[in-house]
Parts: sequence; structure tokens; C-alpha cells
Amino acid sequence: MTDDVLLTILIVLPFVGSLLAATFRPNARNSEAWLAGGVALICLFLLIFAYPAIVERGVLRSEAEWIPALGLSFTLRLDGFAWMFALLVTGIGFLVVLYARYYMSPNDPVPRFFSFLLAFMGSMLGIVIAGNLIILLFFWELTSIFSFLLIGYWHHTAGARDGARMALVVTGFGGVALLAGVVLIGQIVGSYDLDQVLASGEAIRSHVLYLPALVLILLGTLTKSAQFPFHFWLPNAMAAPTPVSALLHSATMVKAGVFLLTRLWPVMAGTPEWFWLLGLAGMAALLLGAFFAIFQHDLKGLLAYSTISHLGLITMLLSLGSPLGAVAAIFHMMNHATFKASLFMAAGIIDHETGTRDMRKLGGLFHYMPVTATLAMVASAAMAGVPLLNGFLSKEMFFAEAIETHVHSLLDTSQPYVAVLASTFAVTYSLRFIHSVFFGAKPLDLPREPHEPPFWMRVPSMFLVLACLVVGIFPAATVGPYLLTAVQSVLGARTPVFSLAIWHGFNLPLIMSAVALVAGALLYLALKNYLRHSPVGPPVLRLLNGRHLFERGVIVLSLKWSRAAEMVFSTHRLQPQLRILLLAAALAALVPVWTGSLGLPGPDWSDLDPALALVWLAGAGCAIGAAHQAKYHRLVALVLLGGAGLATCITFAWFSAPDLALTQLLVEVVTTILILLGLRWLPKRFEEIETGENPWRRRLRRSRDLGIAFVVGAGMATLAYAVMVLPMPETIGSYFLERAYTEGGGRNVVNVILVDFRGFDTMGEITVLAVVALTIFALLRRFRPAPDNIGSPLQQRRQNAFDEAEPDRKAGDTLGDYLLVPSVIMKWLFPVIIVLAIYLFLRGHDLPGGGFAAGIALATAFILQYLASGTIWVEDRLRILPVNWIGLSLLLAALTGMASWLFGYPFLTTHSQYVEIPLIGTVPAATALFFDLGVFGLVVGATVLMLIALAHQSVRNLRASRATPAPAAREEP
Amino acid sequence: MALLLAVSIGILAGSGVWLLLRPRTYQVVIGLSLCALAVNLFIFSMGRLRSGAPPVLASTTGTLADYADPVPQALVLTAIVIGFATTALLLVVLLAARGFSGTDHVDGQER
Repeated sequence: MTDDVLLTILIVLPFVGSLLAATFRPNARNSEAWLAGGVALICLFLLIFAYPAIVERGVLRSEAEWIPALGLSFTLRLDGFAWMFALLVTGIGFLVVLYARYYMSPNDPVPRFFSFLLAFMGSMLGIVIAGNLIILLFFWELTSIFSFLLIGYWHHTAGARDGARMALVVTGFGGVALLAGVVLIGQIVGSYDLDQVLASGEAIRSHVLYLPALVLILLGTLTKSAQFPFHFWLPNAMAAPTPVSALLHSATMVKAGVFLLTRLWPVMAGTPEWFWLLGLAGMAALLLGAFFAIFQHDLKGLLAYSTISHLGLITMLLSLGSPLGAVAAIFHMMNHATFKASLFMAAGIIDHETGTRDMRKLGGLFHYMPVTATLAMVASAAMAGVPLLNGFLSKEMFFAEAIETHVHSLLDTSQPYVAVLASTFAVTYSLRFIHSVFFGAKPLDLPREPHEPPFWMRVPSMFLVLACLVVGIFPAATVGPYLLTAVQSVLGARTPVFSLAIWHGFNLPLIMSAVALVAGALLYLALKNYLRHSPVGPPVLRLLNGRHLFERGVIVLSLKWSRAAEMVFSTHRLQPQLRILLLAAALAALVPVWTGSLGLPGPDWSDLDPALALVWLAGAGCAIGAAHQAKYHRLVALVLLGGAGLATCITFAWFSAPDLALTQLLVEVVTTILILLGLRWLPKRFEEIETGENPWRRRLRRSRDLGIAFVVGAGMATLAYAVMVLPMPETIGSYFLERAYTEGGGRNVVNVILVDFRGFDTMGEITVLAVVALTIFALLRRFRPAPDNIGSPLQQRRQNAFDEAEPDRKAGDTLGDYLLVPSVIMKWLFPVIIVLAIYLFLRGHDLPGGGFAAGIALATAFILQYLASGTIWVEDRLRILPVNWIGLSLLLAALTGMASWLFGYPFLTTHSQYVEIPLIGTVPAATALFFDLGVFGLVVGATVLMLIALAHQSVRNLRASRATPAPAAREEP
Repeated sequence: MALLLAVSIGILAGSGVWLLLRPRTYQVVIGLSLCALAVNLFIFSMGRLRSGAPPVLASTTGTLADYADPVPQALVLTAIVIGFATTALLLVVLLAARGFSGTDHVDGQER
């Protein structure tokens, strides 16, 4: 098997397994366990199979191109250290799967659990065998995500959710810092390839960016390894199912931090910065973790703090910068993984069989579960560093290193004392773990009657404890060679001579161990009774609660600050928001004026036409009048708006834009009808609105708005003037003028642009039109008017009352008499307008007109009928089906566009030619005409749909909304 | 002429903006329509003001010397139609909002 195949299977298989596992039935515990266990075992065997090659060649590599433009390739790399770690991940992973099979309850949805677990295993393997820092980082983030999902597995409990979120936030923050650090390393080295990075240690350490890179990388690794001051997420992550803790919080996730530190040790260690930063963090975690662990009552909480402490020990060993320290660190990573995983499993068994993990409630369990008790005792002794167990060996190495002087300083001098003190605490909490659970008085009122767990649930723990013993008794014969391979791959030529033996003579480390054992036992005896009833956490220090600080931080950041920002920047009110928007726009427009100068020429009065001046005198008056009247006199405002629209229309016609003038005129008509229809549903409004606002405040507000309006108006005027008097640059207009006829086959250039050159834009625009019309239609189907609008209008009621009072009239007669002459004219105009619309449409390609104008004209014809005769009369005689118009027209436009595909041209390519028609003669016929027909039909459909949907509200049986009437809406007199 | 049209655009825009800042929904609808007129005229004026030169070709080809710039006109033409559609949408949304909230204040409640 080549390296490529081997490494690819290692990385891909867990993820494939994860996908498969997700598809099983919710209660398929057995098949899930077979699948997950099988995947872990295959990876494990592959690793064992690869070992001889690693010894022989040092490194197995696989490289595949990923983003060659950025010099990134997907590199995998398996050396001795990675091999050791991968073995831990897959080996303990397999044992955890076996354990989880019995741990998980039949009610838990296991596919999710095993799927995440396998994916996590794959991500962890990815970190370990990544040959490129970017790849490593990718898998690093994946472990954060899957750890989040696994910790939050029982997401119905608040603890699981909080713990998962906290772990994700802390490790995610670290991940970002690590990314920045890795980028800096990449800048220094010029490559992210791990081999190249490892070969440029001198360049990195002497680089000016070394310190920032170091700090960022330490932020990433210390958060991941739950080191002080980021340790608080780990105890809270204990809400995870215990198999997850056994895998993530003993052997893998938290070890990823120290793994990366060890990986980068050859290139980054040995500087004073490294020593101080890492040494202080490690020492704090070592001491505080052990001290806090004594005062936990939750079994898993104790183990979590113990993990923090042991990882602190590893960090401290790495900080020393001495090769022997690195050897001890690597050795302790293995040892800690074995005994801590087994202890987590024991804690899980106790929880599983008794229903509680509170050490104050437990006691005397040795009587009920002697095998589990024995296993836990051995693992616990390894944790305490008792001789003949693996924990003892690495602790001796640690003591030996602590005595040595590395960097002359207080930190270095204090190390032996701190080491003994922390070790004393470790003995105390290990004793507590055993004594308070398995000995003493038998437990009262436990949730369940305790008994031994199923045999296979104990097997994983048994296996790990056996490993602790074998390694502890025959270290050189068992792990010796593997440890050497791992150490050599990290240290290379600097690999020191070390001996793995239980007995190194009667030396200082041994005395330190003895002192720690005796002092720890005494401390436990002294604290025993206090711990039976004390609250969680050590005295005084329990006030310094990292979790509370974190939560307060989260609340401040995500709630208080965001609310404050919302209060400042968002108002829940339209007016201030529009004001900010307008002011921002005004400022943005002012900046270029400020920096440059306008340099506008003075106005030229010679070409001023008095007629147009008069038009705009009226137009401007209309605009200001509309602005003034829109509050109380809506109809007046609408009429005045129409006046401003007409002035605009005349301007278009004046300055050579007949198409625009035509469209504007027609749109003015339909807009007016539309708003007229809407007026019916607005509240009656009289001169006074009582708001209780201070009149001065009100005056101030209005003056400010007037100021803004004035500034915007003046700005627009200046801008428009500047545009109009500056000479015209070369534009694309000439392109269209030259080609409209020769290529588009039409003389009306505006229309040719719309349906031919820029046909795709028009396609989009008519689609928007269709969407808007359908939205309006949908909105109005559920329309609930305000209660005060539900009845007939006053005028109608008076007319009906009059009709009823008269003996020879019936209700509705007066209404029918209204506008009798105009309504007859309107009815007669129906065919005329239709002909006009067709005329406008047909001539559109060559003369002013076209689909848009014709469509609105035809829509007006329909609306006029509604106006003249009423909805019911019209709909008895005419079925318009506007939605069909919209749909078919859009289809026609799209099909016309697609037809050009048949001839091998891009979408909406048009063809034009002249056709000979008998009697009429030669007629221009471009395929654009079909497209324009689509535009025409769509405009008809959309306009009619909008107007009719609104008009229909008056004849529907409306239900009033349940909202209370507004204070402004009063009953009329 | 340029100044006349510029001032007119300014007055349309100013009136529209004043109405946009008012509290009643109807004022906003009218304000937006006025603003639309101003903006359409502004975009149209980008092609400069020419009288008697509509971009309708007399022969098979033409240049900017003889005809007005057709591009701003094409832009404005669709803008007019889309402007109508969005005004209608706004109006209907505001009517529906008034039905639900019982008030025609833009914030859905009297302040």
C-alpha cells in the first residue's frame, strides 16, 4: 500500500463512516457500534501496519494539489509523533465506541452520537497527520465544531447547551488567533508546508514577527488545551455524555493544543518569551487545576480540573526548552490519556449504575462493584503518581526536569516547590476520588440500586488500566521504542539519551515523590470532613468563577452592547432612520465638492423659454403644494402630484424624449387611479391630531426636517445643474444610434435598446413587475381594513338613505346617475383606446410607442370601464384574467429569448427582416416584436391586476382587523 | 434652461424629502412619488437637454450630433413603469399595515 492510499484512507474513512452512521435508525445501537468500532479498528490496524515504514523512513507523505495558485497543497504527513497520537486517537476511540454502546440509553438517538463521534475522530486524525499548517487549522476548527455538537448532545438540558456554547466560543476564539498566528508563520517562512516550517526554526525565532506569532499561537493552543486563564470551559463541558469526555477531554481535543505546541517546539521553543509565557500559563494551570480539583464534588468535575492540571504539567515541561523536558511531555501525553480515559469511564459507570456523580452522596460502592472499584483505584493511583504505574514514570521525569535550572529566574527556582505542591494536591484528589466513592458508609437514597455494569462496558477501562500497569512496570520493553520514534520525529538530531526505568537510584525526584504522597494523604485526612459538606469550589477562590465572568462577558457583549448599539443606530422608527440615511447621502455628496471644486459656469439665460418656465412655475408650485397638503387634504395633494407629473411629462416632450413623455402621461393616469382607490382605506383626518407633543419641540422637529429637505433639494439642484452644463463625455449613446437600425432593425432607438440591445435587462424588469403585481394581489387577498373603514363611505350612505326615502327610487340609483355622461363616453372609448394601444405597440419599433406605453394604455381602457360602470357590471360582461396575462406574457418573452438558442445564438439575440404582406406591403418584422409583445401583455396584466385587486376591496365582504382603532380615527359627527 | 430644470428638480426632491420625513403613510407615498419624478428627470438630464432631436432615426444610422442620447431615455422609461409598480406595492403594504395596526403612522403606532 502506498503512502498516498494509506494516509487518504486514514483521513477519509472516519468521515465516510460518519455519513453512514447518520443514516441509521434512531435506536440502532448495535449496528452503530459495529460501524464506528469497525472504522476505528481499521484505522488502528492501518497505523500498526504503517509503523515499520515510519521507523525505516521517518516520515510518510502524501501530497495532492489543492490551490496551486496560492501555493497550497493538500499534504498529509505521518511521522513518529503523529503516529503515536493517531494511535491514541483511534485506539481510545475504539474503546470509547465499545463503552458508549453500553453507556447510551435506548432512548438516546444514537445515529447523531456515533456520526459526530466518528467525524470528530476524523478531524482529530486530520490535525495529527496534516502536513500543512492551513490543513491543520481546517481540522482544528472541525474539532471545535464537532466537540460543540458532542458536548451539546443532550441539548434538552441547559447545562449541555451552555457548556457546548462556552467550549465553542473559547476554542473558536482561539482558532481565530491561531489562524492569525499561522498566517504570520507563513509570512515568515514563505510556506505553510510543515516540513519547510520545521526547517526554518532559526528564521522564525529571530524574526521581528516572532513575538506576535508566538502570542497568537499560544492563544490558540492554550484555549484548546484549557490552560489558565482559558480553563473554565472544560469543567462546563462535562455536561457531555461520558464517552465524549473520555475521548475528547482526556485523549484528543484538549491534547490538540499540546500536540501543536510539541509540533512547533523545535522551531519556536528556547526563547525567553516562550519560557515565560508558556511557563507561567503551565504553572498556573498545574497548581490551580490540582487545587480546584480537590474541592469538586462532581466526579467528572474533579477529573476535568485534574486534566487541566496535567495539561499544565505538559505545558510547563514544554516551556523549559530542554530536549529531556520535551521527552517527558510526550511521554506524559500518552500516560495521561490512558489513565484519564479509564477514569472517565469509571466515573461514567458509577453515574450509570447509581444515578449520581456527587461524591457527597456516594460511598461504600466497593461492596457493590468490586471490579470497577479496583480498576478505578489503579487508574487513580496512576493519576496520583504511585510507583509501578505509568503516571509515576513521567512524573519522576518532570521532577527531574523541575530541579534543573533552565533560565535563571524566580520562575525557574520556584519550579521544584510548585511541582511538589501540585503533586501533593494530585494525591489528595486522587485519594478523594477513591475513598469518597468506594469506601466509607454505604450510600443512602441513591436514585438506583448500584451493581456491576455489563462485562463489555468494563472491558475498555480494563484494557486501559492494564496498559497503565504494563507500561508502569516494564516501560523500556513496552513503550520504549515507540516513544523513541515519536521523540526522534520531534527533536531529530537533538534527541537526548533517556532511560525508562522504575528505579533510578535514591535521588531527589524520588524524595519529592515520597513527600508528595505522604503530604497528599495527610491533606486528604485533614480535609475529609470539610469536603463532605462544603460547597463546590475551594474557599475564597471559588468567588473567582471563570464561568460567571465568561457569562457576564457574553451578556455584556451580545446583549447589553448590542442593545446599546441598537438604541443608537437603529430606532424602530422610520423617520429617524430616513433622516440618518438622507444625511449620510448628503454628506457623501458633499465630500467630493469639499475636496475638489465645482467650478460651474454661470447660468445661460439666453435659451430660457418662458413657456417652459411657466410650466415649471406651476410644476414647482404643485410639488410644494402637495408637500404642504398631503397630511389633511389627501385628494388635493394627489391632484397636485398629478400637476407635478404633467410638468415632468411636458419637459420630457420638450427635450426630445417622446417615448418618455408618452409613458409618463399614461403612468400618471394609472398612478392617480391607484392612489384614489387607496384613499378609501385611510383614516378620516381633520385639522387637529392630538399627540400631546410640546409645541416647541414639534416646531423644532419640523424646522429640522425642513432644513434637511432644503439641503437635499439644493444639493440635487446643484448636482443636476453641474451635470447639465458640463460638456458631455464620449458615451455609449452613439453606439446605439449607429446600430439601432442596421443591427436591430428599428428606427426608434429607445425601443430598440429596450427590446433588443438591453433585452436581458428588460426581461429582468418585467419579471420584477410581475413579482410586484402578484405580491400586491397576495397581500390584498388577506386584506383586513381598519374598523373605521369597514362601513360604506358617508357619501354612499347618504345617497342610499336618500334613495330609500324616495318611493320611486331604489338603493344605488343615485350612484348610478353619477357621472352619467362621462361614463357613456368612457364606455364608447373602450374600443378606441384598444386600437390606440395596438397602434402604439405596432409602431413602437420605429416611432414613439412600444410595449410599455401600449400596455399601460390598454390597462387604462379596462380601468375606465370599471370607473364608468362599476366592478360588478364590468365583470358580468368581461373576464380579464390578469394573472394569465402575466404568466403567458412572461413565458412568451422568455421563449422568444430562448428561440435564439435553436439557431446557436446567445439568449435574446434578435433577428430582423422585412416581410412582404399582401395589400399592406413591405413590413419590418423583427423577432424583437414578439419580445415586445411579452412586455406589452405583462404590463397590461400587472397594471390591471394591481388596480383591480385594490378596487375589489370595496365590493368584498371584509372582516375588520382586531386592532383597536387609532386615537386619530374618530367617529364622524 | 439648465438652471430652470435644475431648480425644478431641486424643488421636486426637496418637497419629496420633506414628505418622506413626515409621520403619516400617505405623506410618504406622495413624497416617494415626488422623489421618483425628481430622480427620473435627473437621470434624463444626464443626456443633456436638446430640443427637437428625438432619437428616432430618419435614415439608417445616426450620431449624437443629430440625435439626443437614447441611453438615459431607455433607463428612465423602465424606471417610470417600475416606479409605478413600487408605489403600488408601498401603498398596499401601508394599507395592510393600517388594517393591522389601526393607525396610519409610519411606525405602526402613534408616538
